[in-house]
Amino acid sequence: MPVRFEVNGKPVAVAVEPRTSLADCLRDHLRLTGTHIGCEHGVCGACTVIVDGAAVRSCLMLAVQAEGSRIVTVEGLSRDDGLSPLQTAFRKHHALQCGFCTPGILTTAHALLTEEPDADAERIRGVLSGNLCRCTGYIPIVAAVLEARAAYKAEKP
Amino acid sequence: MTIVNRYIGSPVERVEDLRFLRGRGEYVGDLVRPGMLHAAILRSPVAHGHIRRLEAGAALTIPGVRAVITAAEIAGALGLVPCIPLRLQTSPATAPFRQPAIAAHRVRYAGEPVAVVLADSAALAEDGVDAIVLDIDELPVVADRHISGRHETLLFADSGTNLAMKFTGGKGDADAAFRDAPYTRCARFRVQRHTALPMEPRGLLAEWDAAAGHMVVSGAAKVPFFNRRTVAAMLQLPETAVDLIENDVGGGFGARGEFYPEDFLIPFAARHIGRPVRWLEDRREHLIAMNHAREMEAEVEIACARDGTILALRGDVYVDLGAYIRTNGLTAPRNVAQFFSGPYRIPNIRISSHALVTNKTPTGTYRAPGRYEGSFFCERLIELAAKDLGLDSAAMRRKNLIGDAEMPYKLARVEPGDLYAETECDSGDYAHAFDRCVAEFGFEEKRKLNGRLIDGRYHGVAIGCFIEGGGAGPKELARLKLEADGSVTVSVGSAAVGQGLETVMAQIAADSLGLSIEQVRVLHGSTTLLDDGYGAFHSRSTVLGGSAVSEAAAILVQKIRKAAAERLGCAPDDVEVIDGRAGPRGGRSLALAELAADGLQTDYAFANDHRHTYAYGTAAAHVAVDPGTGEIELVDYLVVEDVGRIVNPLTLHGQAIGATVQGLGGALLEDLVYDENGQLLAGNLADYLIPTAPDFPNIRAISLEHRPSPANPLGVKGAGEGGIIPVGGLIANAVAGALSGIGAEPNTLPLSPPRVWRLANPTA
Repeated sequence: MPVRFEVNGKPVAVAVEPRTSLADCLRDHLRLTGTHIGCEHGVCGACTVIVDGAAVRSCLMLAVQAEGSRIVTVEGLSRDDGLSPLQTAFRKHHALQCGFCTPGILTTAHALLTEEPDADAERIRGVLSGNLCRCTGYIPIVAAVLEARAAYKAEKP
Repeated sequence: MTIVNRYIGSPVERVEDLRFLRGRGEYVGDLVRPGMLHAAILRSPVAHGHIRRLEAGAALTIPGVRAVITAAEIAGALGLVPCIPLRLQTSPATAPFRQPAIAAHRVRYAGEPVAVVLADSAALAEDGVDAIVLDIDELPVVADRHISGRHETLLFADSGTNLAMKFTGGKGDADAAFRDAPYTRCARFRVQRHTALPMEPRGLLAEWDAAAGHMVVSGAAKVPFFNRRTVAAMLQLPETAVDLIENDVGGGFGARGEFYPEDFLIPFAARHIGRPVRWLEDRREHLIAMNHAREMEAEVEIACARDGTILALRGDVYVDLGAYIRTNGLTAPRNVAQFFSGPYRIPNIRISSHALVTNKTPTGTYRAPGRYEGSFFCERLIELAAKDLGLDSAAMRRKNLIGDAEMPYKLARVEPGDLYAETECDSGDYAHAFDRCVAEFGFEEKRKLNGRLIDGRYHGVAIGCFIEGGGAGPKELARLKLEADGSVTVSVGSAAVGQGLETVMAQIAADSLGLSIEQVRVLHGSTTLLDDGYGAFHSRSTVLGGSAVSEAAAILVQKIRKAAAERLGCAPDDVEVIDGRAGPRGGRSLALAELAADGLQTDYAFANDHRHTYAYGTAAAHVAVDPGTGEIELVDYLVVEDVGRIVNPLTLHGQAIGATVQGLGGALLEDLVYDENGQLLAGNLADYLIPTAPDFPNIRAISLEHRPSPANPLGVKGAGEGGIIPVGGLIANAVAGALSGIGAEPNTLPLSPPRVWRLANPTA
């Protein structure tokens, strides 16, 4: 089936089987391999992408459901070769080790801070409860997201 | 020569992060090749039985399904179905218990591979798996170690027993000590089956070049060189005809990267069909196929003097090994026998560990194998003894810690012996870490809360001590090469599994070479880089790989000095190598790029003569237990560990906190529950619970450099596992403290809400 949507600011058109998940479409058809697949049943959160502003498990959404959507993946979080303020904070706080869950955590945190740049630690932990990380113990992740809030506040008038 | 130390000891931000944060990491699942086929694996749905019928015809009629490989195809090509060798604790006695690469006639656990389907897409391969007809005549299921120990139903009839191996850790005369002791106490404990669960499931991409007779397998991790030898032997190829490539790896923790059936099946399939074959494990598959760990029961006793001096330990540990002995399946049973005594001075020990096969997924190592379990058993015994004797359990621990002046201190000898049958703690001031933990945690103040009911919850506070073995030998290799642009490429036989290896090795090399970290490029793991390598296990990469890089760099600096001296007409001893230039102080100097044409390169193999490092520490925990729900809140947690020397405090801190939270998962949440038919009841991440972001917000870690290791030139000690070791015992003792008024003794993990509720409500 043909499907058209926008990924990281660029329009794309792909032909997929109806059973193809958005995650597989992004990875296999569009070769955006930053989106990772960790469980394929919507629990681990590694495949989280931002669809029309909302953090979505791309393993639980069919590619055909994305018709007409605007999608942001981890590859679209920073411009050029630099790191975004959120990514910079992750590096500074050592909020990633193996890096496998990181794309889903970054997209989730980005969606959260875009909507709620004042989110407190408890709110951040609550929102990230749907993203499993086996390496860090989450403490540096929460510290990094807290630090990145300043950049989102500055952006939001 | 000026010694410039800029990176070692500094919280250097990781070089790996720049690609991981932008979605530019390259994991095995990201690789595609022209003409690549996708593999899916049919696994036994039953735990024990004989294969009566296996028919692939219907699968092969599905358009896009290209081949089905079963034991018949493998035996047809190779003359036999090969078995997977052991990597550690090898012994001829283990031969009957090894896992065949694919089930031929008998299946021994639900999840055992029976057939491999190759198709144009992963979805079509899974369709093919569903179309295969598999009939199995079921046999009685050996569902736990008690049934196994009766030896009525044997998993391996030829062996005559379900006891795969027995280890004994021994020292002094335990029986005599127990005979004469004024106080003894016996207890039973259980640690549940759980697993490492890296976030990236396994995956492999195999490419066979028929013309060259060469196989390349991507997706290697942990021990690529051992796995290369193994797969080459199983495919009946020379070792040099196979290369294993290490990509980015989404977590290891002991389980990822060991040799599994698929590590043979996928390369075999690629050669069989003459096309690249990729297999990506899904999570459900991961939970039944990848090594499980930790399932042990202990019946053990402690003997003490009235003043709390520990005189002896004695008893038996029963290990549920699962269906086969995997590559490192005997490491945990071995370790629990040798390291049961932890950091304590215990003169008489006899701990026997019985590894019994059952019809469940085979087990292997998970971060601190045998040590986590042994620490739980030992710390609980000490707590029970202190209570019986009316002693302060914290003071009793401190009193029995091995002293600084007793180093090196010999631990129990393990039989049957191996290269580490005798091992000794290398250095340490164990009481120093203890006192630091007491002070930083505010232990004396907090412990006053023990047993108090505040706002409906019982509070409990506990402290516990541990040692962490690291730096397994025999050696590690490094190759340093000066490149044309003046940078240096470091190739090391250590493997990266997400722990920050590239950054740590670059720090060590940059300091030794007087270069900036950007001028050092680290390559690791793959068999194309070096002749040999030993990999990433037993917290050994910084210890052995780091030492190899450091020593190789020192030699490369000598070569650079000599080459520069010849060009500049001065003595090599006068040449300083600093900031990418070489020359006499104050004189003319050459950029390193100008010397690259000399082909300056160094190979170095660092051997540690089988001397382990022993980091050590103390941890404390404060919990609040809700007797109405059985829920435990971790109010505060601190771990203090002396790691000898810190290369990167940022990554080290990450190891300490991350390991602690994994330990909390094992102590409170994670449980691979099986039913009596050998079926896993926790086969997805909604049922198998690991820690999430809101669970444990209050954890602190302090790392010390109080006693460097004398066993390597850097003075470092392996430090990736210490954080997890004390957690089980500590949390159980804190819960015991909280429920002391009720007299609850939590001797079974995990301390899940239903179990804690029963402890808190004994008459309900």
